[in-house]
Amino acid sequence: MTAEEILLKTGRFLRRSTTSGDLRTLFLKGGTEGDAFYRDRWSHDKVVRSTHGVNCTGSCSWKVYVKDGIITWETQETDYPSVGPDRPEYEPRGCPRGAAFSWYTYSPTRVRYPYARGVLVEMYAEAKQRLGDPVAAWADVTTNPEKREKYQQARGRGGLVRVSWELATEMIAAAHVHTIKTYGPDRVAGFSPIPAMSMVSHATGARFVSLIGGAMLSFYDWYADLPVASPQVFGDQTDVPESADWWDAAYLMMWGSNVPVTRTPDAHWMAEARYRGQKVVVVSPDYNDAAKFADEFLSVRPGTDGALAMAMGHVILREFFAERETPYFTDYVKRFTDLPFLVTLERRGEAYVPGRFLTAQDLGSQEEAAGWKTVLLSEAGEPVVPNGSAGFRWTDSGVGRWNLNLDTSPKLTLRGGEEARVLLPRFDGGGSVARSVPTRQVAGRTVTTVYDLLLAQYGVGSAYDDPAEPCTPAWQEPITGVPADRVVKIAREFARTAEETRGRCMIIMGAGTTQWFHGDTIYRAFLSLLLLTGCQGRNGGGWAHYVGQEKCRPLAGWQLMAGALDWARPPRQVPGTVFWYLHTDQWRYDHFDAAELASPLARGDFRGRHPADLVAESVRNGWMPMAPAFDRNPLDLGDAEDPVAHTRAELAAGRLRLAADDPDDPRNWPRVLTLWRSNLLGSSAKGNEYFLHHLLGAQSNLESPDPAAPKGKLDLLVTLDFRMTSSTVFSDVVLPAATWYEKYDLNSTDMHPFVHAFNPAINPPWETRTDFAAFHAIARTFSDLAKNHLGVRRDVVAVAHQHDTPTELGGRTGFGLKVVERDYGATAEKLAALGPLTEKLGIPVKGVTFLPDEEVTWLGQRCGLVPRGVAKGRPELDTAAKACETILALSGVSNGRLAAQGFRQLAERTGASFDGIAHEDHRIVFGDTQARPVHVAASPEWSGKESHHRRYSPFTINVEHGKPWHTLTGRMHFFLDHDWMREYGEALPIYRPPLDLAALYGESGTLRYLTPHSKWSIHSEYQDNLLMLSLSRGGPTIWISVEDATDLGIADNDWVEAVNRNGVVVARAIVSHRMPKGTVYMYHAQDRLIDVPKSEATGRRGGIHNALTRVLIKPTHLIGGHAQLSYGFNYLGPTGNQRDEITAIRRRSQEVRY
Amino acid sequence: MRPMAQIAMVMNLDKCIGCHTCSVTCKQTWTNRPGVEYVWFNNVETRPGQGYPRRYEDQERWRGGWKLTRTGLKPRAGGRLRKLLTIFANPLMPSIQDYYEPWTYDYENLTDAPLSDDVPVAPPRSLISGEPVKIGWSANWDDNLGGDPSPDPVLRKVSDQVTQAFEQAYMFYLPRICEHCLNPSCVASCPSGALYKRAEDGIVLVDQDRCRGWRMCVTGCPYKKVYFNHKTGKAEKCTFCYPRVEVGLPTVCSETCVGRLRYLGVLLYDADRVTEAASVPDEHDLYEAQLDLFIDPHSPEAESAGLPADWLEAARRSPVYDLIKRHRVALPLHPEYRTLPMVWYVPPLSPVVDALSTTGHDGEDAGNLFAAIESLRIPVGYLAELFTAGDPAPVTFALRRLAEMRSYMRAVNLGERPPEDPELDALYRLLALARYEDRYVIPTAYGNV
Repeated sequence: MTAEEILLKTGRFLRRSTTSGDLRTLFLKGGTEGDAFYRDRWSHDKVVRSTHGVNCTGSCSWKVYVKDGIITWETQETDYPSVGPDRPEYEPRGCPRGAAFSWYTYSPTRVRYPYARGVLVEMYAEAKQRLGDPVAAWADVTTNPEKREKYQQARGRGGLVRVSWELATEMIAAAHVHTIKTYGPDRVAGFSPIPAMSMVSHATGARFVSLIGGAMLSFYDWYADLPVASPQVFGDQTDVPESADWWDAAYLMMWGSNVPVTRTPDAHWMAEARYRGQKVVVVSPDYNDAAKFADEFLSVRPGTDGALAMAMGHVILREFFAERETPYFTDYVKRFTDLPFLVTLERRGEAYVPGRFLTAQDLGSQEEAAGWKTVLLSEAGEPVVPNGSAGFRWTDSGVGRWNLNLDTSPKLTLRGGEEARVLLPRFDGGGSVARSVPTRQVAGRTVTTVYDLLLAQYGVGSAYDDPAEPCTPAWQEPITGVPADRVVKIAREFARTAEETRGRCMIIMGAGTTQWFHGDTIYRAFLSLLLLTGCQGRNGGGWAHYVGQEKCRPLAGWQLMAGALDWARPPRQVPGTVFWYLHTDQWRYDHFDAAELASPLARGDFRGRHPADLVAESVRNGWMPMAPAFDRNPLDLGDAEDPVAHTRAELAAGRLRLAADDPDDPRNWPRVLTLWRSNLLGSSAKGNEYFLHHLLGAQSNLESPDPAAPKGKLDLLVTLDFRMTSSTVFSDVVLPAATWYEKYDLNSTDMHPFVHAFNPAINPPWETRTDFAAFHAIARTFSDLAKNHLGVRRDVVAVAHQHDTPTELGGRTGFGLKVVERDYGATAEKLAALGPLTEKLGIPVKGVTFLPDEEVTWLGQRCGLVPRGVAKGRPELDTAAKACETILALSGVSNGRLAAQGFRQLAERTGASFDGIAHEDHRIVFGDTQARPVHVAASPEWSGKESHHRRYSPFTINVEHGKPWHTLTGRMHFFLDHDWMREYGEALPIYRPPLDLAALYGESGTLRYLTPHSKWSIHSEYQDNLLMLSLSRGGPTIWISVEDATDLGIADNDWVEAVNRNGVVVARAIVSHRMPKGTVYMYHAQDRLIDVPKSEATGRRGGIHNALTRVLIKPTHLIGGHAQLSYGFNYLGPTGNQRDEITAIRRRSQEVRY
Repeated sequence: MRPMAQIAMVMNLDKCIGCHTCSVTCKQTWTNRPGVEYVWFNNVETRPGQGYPRRYEDQERWRGGWKLTRTGLKPRAGGRLRKLLTIFANPLMPSIQDYYEPWTYDYENLTDAPLSDDVPVAPPRSLISGEPVKIGWSANWDDNLGGDPSPDPVLRKVSDQVTQAFEQAYMFYLPRICEHCLNPSCVASCPSGALYKRAEDGIVLVDQDRCRGWRMCVTGCPYKKVYFNHKTGKAEKCTFCYPRVEVGLPTVCSETCVGRLRYLGVLLYDADRVTEAASVPDEHDLYEAQLDLFIDPHSPEAESAGLPADWLEAARRSPVYDLIKRHRVALPLHPEYRTLPMVWYVPPLSPVVDALSTTGHDGEDAGNLFAAIESLRIPVGYLAELFTAGDPAPVTFALRRLAEMRSYMRAVNLGERPPEDPELDALYRLLALARYEDRYVIPTAYGNV
C-alpha cells in the first residue's frame, strides 16, 4: 500500500461518506442536506409575471423573482396555451437579452430622478422669477438668440442637474403652451415606436400629443422595417404567419433574416421543422447563425438579392407556366392575382411601353367609380369587369359585389394574338430591353395582360445560360456571385414542393433584404416567387417578413386610445422619414436631380426637380400629410368664421404656403419633441450627425455643414427612459421611467397569437414613474397653464387621402381640411376618461367600423364613471390597468362581439359568407392576460383566421372566403400602374442594384457598410447591459473579413475608424473568416456612450452606427390617393433605408483617449 | 453489479442556436456576486474556437483528467499525495487572463458628468484591479468565429482537413456545464475530501465548509468547470441546480433553453464497473465502454437495484437513456479524458459544402433534397475529436440517423406514406416534439425521507 493510499484511507474516516473501492471517487449519501448556501440563494418571496417592452417581436412571458422587496432575476414562463398535439409548443420563449433585463433595475445607468440641462434650468428660473409666469419664462429663454444658443450648444455635453418632478413638468408644460400659442400645435411632435411592445405606455403619450393637436411621427417606415412591397402587392401594412406556422412549411428559405439572432425565441421551430423533413435554404452575404441550420447556404453579394430572386422567377415561369401548365398554379394566379388583368400599351416611338390598367371607364361604363374597376378577358375573349376591384369597395352599387367571384375563367395570356414590341427598363446597365408581347385591341386600345408583360419582363424564352438577357440564371451569376445552376436547382425544388404541397413553401425575409433603398423591388421579386407558386394564404406558405413588431393585435382599441379618437378626429399622424428628412436638413445635402434614379424610359416628370420638391408635391396632392402643415398657426386659421373656406382662400391667394415648401423657415420648425420608449439618437436616427447639428444645434462630427441651413431648430427635447442613452444625454429634460417589471401594460407580437400582461414586481423605485403616470402629470400641469393661455380653440387639420377609406380613390385632388375644437384646459380630464365619440362614431379599422355601445357601458361598470367635469359620466381611464381593460374591450381580437360586427359588415359589402370565423362569445379581459398568455380570436383587424385548430397565416380569409385584398384590382399585384411607378421603372418586379454612392455623392469609401441586428442587444437596449457586454466584446465593434483586414493592416481587436461623408465611428475590429471580402458589419445601435473614445479624424467622440448613414427619399413611396398606394400611418411612406452605404476604414492609433 | 442512479443531461447541438440564454439565466441565478464575476457555470462556445478558459482542452498543458498507467488510472496532474506536497504552488491552473479579467464601466459619468466639451462616456474598468482596461479577452471572445479560431486544440488535431476560408466556413455552438462525471477527476484531486458525488443522483458538489481553497480540483477537471471564488477562497462549480432538481424542477439552464435542446433524465449504471470502463486501453473504446455501463431500465438488474418505484419509472421514461443508448445519437464530450462524463451531445448537421453543390453532387433528384453526410461542412473528424476520441464511426452513425429521420419524415409530411418505422418516429417525437414533461423527466429526491 502506498503512502498515498494510506492517507486516503485514513481520510475516509474523517467524514461519513463512501469512497469507491478503488479510491477513485467519493460518494456522499445524504448529500441533499449539504450546502445551505445554494439552497438559500434559491429562495424567494414571490414570482411575478411580466414581459419586456422592447422592439424585438419576442413578446415572451417571464417570471420575475423577488426577495426582500428586491428583484433578483428572471426566468421564462412556460405556460403558453398548446398549439396542437402534433407539433412543438411555444415554451419557453426568451433570449439572453431578456434574461439580462433585471440588471437594469439597480444598475448605475438607471435614471433615478428627473434631470434637466443645468444652463437651461438656470436661465428658466431667472426668467420665471423676473416674469412670474412659466410660459413667459419659456418664451423669454427660447426666443433670446444668445440664451437659445447657450443651452442648445450644451446639449450632449453633460451638465444635467437633478430637478423635481414639479419643475420638470412645469418646464415641459410651459414649452408646449408657448409653442401651441406662438407657432401652432403641429410644431409639437411625439415619437414612440412599436405600440405592440407596451400598448398603454405608447397610447398614453400618443393620446396626450393627439389631444393637444401635436403630430405623432410614424416609425415603421422610418425604421425601414415597413416592407413597402406589402402595401404595393397586398394592400396591407404587413401581415405574416406566426412562428408555429413555420412548422407547416415543407420548404423554407431564410433570406436576409438571421433567425437565431433576431427571432431567438422562435428559432426552435426552424430547427425542429427540419426534423419533419423541411428543406432549409439560407441566403446571406456572411456565414451567419442561420446558415448553421441550412441544407444549402447561398452567399449573395449584399443588396443583389433581387437579381437572384428574378432569376428564380425566370425558372419558375418557364418550367411551371410557359413550358408546362401547372394546374394548381394557374388556377391560383387567375383567382388571386392581377395576372389576367388587362394593361394598356402606350406608343413610344416605334414600340410600346406598358401604360395603366384598362378600366370599365375605358369600356364606356357609366357606373360610379368606373375608373377604378379593372378589366380582364373571358375565355371567349370578351372583356369582363369582374367583381372585387376598388371601384366596388366604396360605392353604393358595389354593395354585395366586392368579392373575388369570377364568373368566367379569365384568359391569362393573349398568345396567338398580334405581337407588339414592348420596351422595358433595366437598371443593371444597358438602358432598356425590347421584347415581343402578344396584344389585342379592346375598346380602341392596344392591351395585353399582366401575365404576358411578366413573361417579357422576366425574359422567359431566353436560354438559362445566356448572360446577356436580364433575369436568366447566367445573367445573375456575375451580379450575385451565386452559381447559375444552383439558382435553377433551388427554384425548381421550391416550385415542385409548392406544387406537391399546394403552397407550403415559405420565405422568411428580413432586414438584410428590406432595408435597402430599393428594398421594395427586392421584396416584390421575392413575393412573385410566392404568388406564382400559390403560397400566400396557405398554412406553411408565403412570405414571413419579420422586421419590427408591427402587430399590435388589439388594434382597434389601441388606435382609439392612442389617437384620442374618442374625443376628437382626425389626429395628426405624420410619416417619420419625411419629417426627419426635412427638419434635420438632410435634404440639403442631396445635390442631384430626382430624375437621376428614374427609369431609362421615363417621360421626364422628375427632371429638374429635387427630392424635396417631390415631397412638397406629395403633400400638396394630398398624398402624404406633413407637420407642420402650413407656414401659419392652424389655430389662427381656425379663428376665421369658416376656417376651411378661409384656409382655402388664403392658399389660393398665395398668402398661405405649405410648410414643406420651405422647411427651414423658423415658422416651420418643429419646436417640442418628446421621446418615450425610444432611443432615437442612439438607434434609428439615420443621418445622426445631421440630427445633432441641424435639429438640436449641438456639436457634431459633420465635416462641412451647410452654412445656409439653420442650426438648432428644436426648443425642447424631452426623453422618458429608465437608462441613460444617446437620447437622454442630448435631452433638455429627462424623466425617470419605470421599467417593465414595475408597471401594468399589454404586449403582443406577430410571432405568436397571444396577448399577455406586464405586472409590477415592485413599485417604481426612487422617483421613477410609469409612462402612464408621467404623461398624466404633464397633462395636469399643461391644463393648468393652458386654461388661461390657450382656452378653447379651433384647429385646422390638413388630411391626406387615407388608405382603407373612400378617399383612397382621391388621385391628385389635394388634401382635405377638417376643423377640430380643442379645449386646452380640459386636456388632463380628457386624457383620463373614455370620450363619447367611441360609441357615437365607432372605431374604424381596415375598412369596417366597430360600434362598441355595450362595451362602453361595460367599461363604465368595470372602471367607474367620472363624477364631474367635461368627462362627467364617462368611463374612467385614470389607471394603467383600466387602460389595458379598455384596449381589450374595444378590439375585435379580444372581443368577439365586435369582431362579429365587423364580419357582418364585410359580408354585406362582399356578398360572401364569413360564418364560423368569428367567435361571438370570445372575450379576453385584463385579468386573463395577467394569469397566462391568452389566445386571440379572428377579427377583421387582420387578414388571417385564428383558431385553436390551425396556426395563423395571413390572407387565409381572402383565399378561403373570396374577400378581396385591399388593392386596386382586389387581387395581389404584380403590376403597379401609377404614373410615378412607371416613371421610376418599377411598374413590374425588377432588379435594381444598390445605389451608386460614388456617383450620387462622390463618396470615396469602398467597403459595403451594413448594420444588421446584433446578437447582444435589441436595438440599443441591452447593448449597455453588463451581462451582454461581458459575453460580447464589451463595446462597439466592426466585423471585417480576413482579406480586408490584411489589406488594411488591421489585427483582431485593433481600434479602427470608419469614416465617410456623413460622420465617423470609432470601434474595435473583429476579424473573421465568416465575413465575405468587401463587406463590413457594424451591428446596429451600439450607442456612443459605452467605451467610445475620441476619434482621430475629428477629435470628438465617435458616433453611433448611424453616424455613417443618411436618408434619401424614394419618390415612389410618396404616392397617394391610388387605391393601395394611399397614405396610412405606418402603412405607407418613404423608408429610412440605410443599407446602400459605403465607408472607408483605417487602423488608428491604439492609444485612445476618452 | 451495483446499480446506481444519476440524473444526466443530453444537449442536442443540432438545435443549438448559440444564444447564450442558458449562460445568462445561470449566471443571474448563481454567480452574479463578488468573487465569481468571471465564473460561468454554464458557458457556450463557438466551435471551432478556443473555448473558456482559453484552450482548456489542451491537456498537454493543463493536465486535467486521468491518464492510464501501467498500474491503472492516475490523475494526469499527479495523485493526491503529489497534490498535498505541492499544495501551496499549483502551476497547473489557468490564470485569470486565461478565463478573462472581468470588467465594468464608469456608467455614473453618463448622469453625473459636468458640462464639458464632449459627450459623456463610460470607459471600461477592471473589476479585479479597479484600473482602466482595454478589453481583450472574455468568456466568449471568439463568438461566431470572431478572431482567429486556429489555436483551438481540437482544430489542431484535424488541421489537415480544415482551412479557414470563407468558402468553407462552418461553425456550431457547444454549451457546457459541469459533466458530473462517473469518474470525476476533480473529486480525486481534492486533498480535503471536499468534493463529492451525491449517491442519490450523481450530482458532483463542493462542500463549502470543507473546502480549503487548494484549487487542485481546478487542475484536475479537464473541462475546467470547477472555479475558484477569490472572495471566499473556496471552489465553486455547477450544482446541477440541486435545489431545483430535488423537487423535480429542471436545471435553470435546461428550463430556459429556448432552443429546447436540453434533456434531463435518469440513467442507471453499474457502479462496480466504472473503473474498468474508464480504463479500457484504446481511447476509441471508451464510448462503447461507458455505454455498456448503462443499465437497461426495463431489465431485471434495474428492477433489483432497490430504487424507489418512481425513480425506476423515471428511468424507464428517460429521454436521456433513449437518446444515448436506444437511438445512439448522443455522444460524450471528450471521452479520452476518462472521466466518464454524464452530459452528452447530439452532433450537429450543417450545410453542404459549396464546391459539391455547384457540381451537382447532391443530385438533381427532387425527391432527395438532403445532402450526403460526407458532403457536410463540419468535418466529421472535428466532431470525432470532440465526442469519440477521434473515432468517426459513432459520429457518422448519429448524423446519418438524423438524416434518415428527416428523409422519412419528409415522405410522411408530403403524404407519401413510407413504410412505417417506429424507431425513427420515436426519435422524431423526442427531437422535434418533446414537451416540457417529455424533455425533463425528473423524479423528486428521496435522500432525505
